[in-house]
Amino acid sequence: MRAVKIIVWILVIVLVGIQFIPTKRNQSDTVPETDFMVANKVPASVMKTVSTSCYDCHSNNTSYPWYNKVQPMAWYLQYHINEGKDELNFNEWGNYSNRRKKSKLRSIISQVEENEMPLGSYTLVHKDAILSNDSKTELIDYMNLLKDELE
Amino acid sequence: MKTLKATLIASALVLTAFASTSCKDDNKEKATNSTQSEMKGKQDAKALAVLNDYFNLKDALVNDDNSKAKTLGNTLAQSLKSFDASNYSDSEKTELKDIIEDATEHAEHISESDIKHQREHFKTLSKDVTDLVAITGTNTKLYEQFCPMYDGGTAWLSTKEEIRNPYYGSKMLKCGKVQREIN
Repeated sequence: MRAVKIIVWILVIVLVGIQFIPTKRNQSDTVPETDFMVANKVPASVMKTVSTSCYDCHSNNTSYPWYNKVQPMAWYLQYHINEGKDELNFNEWGNYSNRRKKSKLRSIISQVEENEMPLGSYTLVHKDAILSNDSKTELIDYMNLLKDELE
Repeated sequence: MKTLKATLIASALVLTAFASTSCKDDNKEKATNSTQSEMKGKQDAKALAVLNDYFNLKDALVNDDNSKAKTLGNTLAQSLKSFDASNYSDSEKTELKDIIEDATEHAEHISESDIKHQREHFKTLSKDVTDLVAITGTNTKLYEQFCPMYDGGTAWLSTKEEIRNPYYGSKMLKCGKVQREIN
């Protein structure tokens, strides 16, 4: 019984303790000139889809949910955002070479087509990020158009 | 008492799960700094290593071998990272850097995907490697082969003239034709 008590206390201390470890927040007020929306003439509806469903993890500005204030959730989010930006950062679009743009567009199209993006763990909480069939088709058509322009 | 124990175990599990996911990116291997290659031939050793790894990967895809392709994708990513562009002209350097960056990403994806995705990435990777060879040259004769069926028409490189299709494997092993010889 004593041992259990000690373990409980240790757990409580750890859980409280990790709350004080700061995480880097992915936030920025400025939209750079290299941004996907600035570099391309994106139709308003596609713009809305991409910013709602993709930009939280694929840009320099995340609109964080309340639980980002709680560890270990904050670490979990930070990990996903880092991974996401590493693969594709829409804010950096203009800095990608044509070769890279084509690769990125190809991946965007295949990931969205196969329902692998947006991630299920993300849409579970962000219901508004779920792509309707219409917005999905529209998004894929637009990305294909951009890809063809680069060919 | 029993429930308390269960809660304890559960919370310990949750904690370890989070700890392990958040540490994943720490063990990514860092790009090795390559020493300047002494070879001044038509094609240097580093470029040759990239090509060899590419052909091994292609053979794994021809054989429908997902796990072998994963390993070889990783091998190729490493040899791409140690590619040395210092002996090339400035404009070639810029293009090589671009090609290497793109190809490395595809090779890394191949090292962690199912075979369908591996083949998607192999398509773009093949384009990258073909553009690379255009700059580095090749000591041996290569064949650019083309399959009109895969994704609106797709090419790849091979050291042999006979067709072994990496995009379909055993399903359509001989689909395709030689569209160009590279010397």
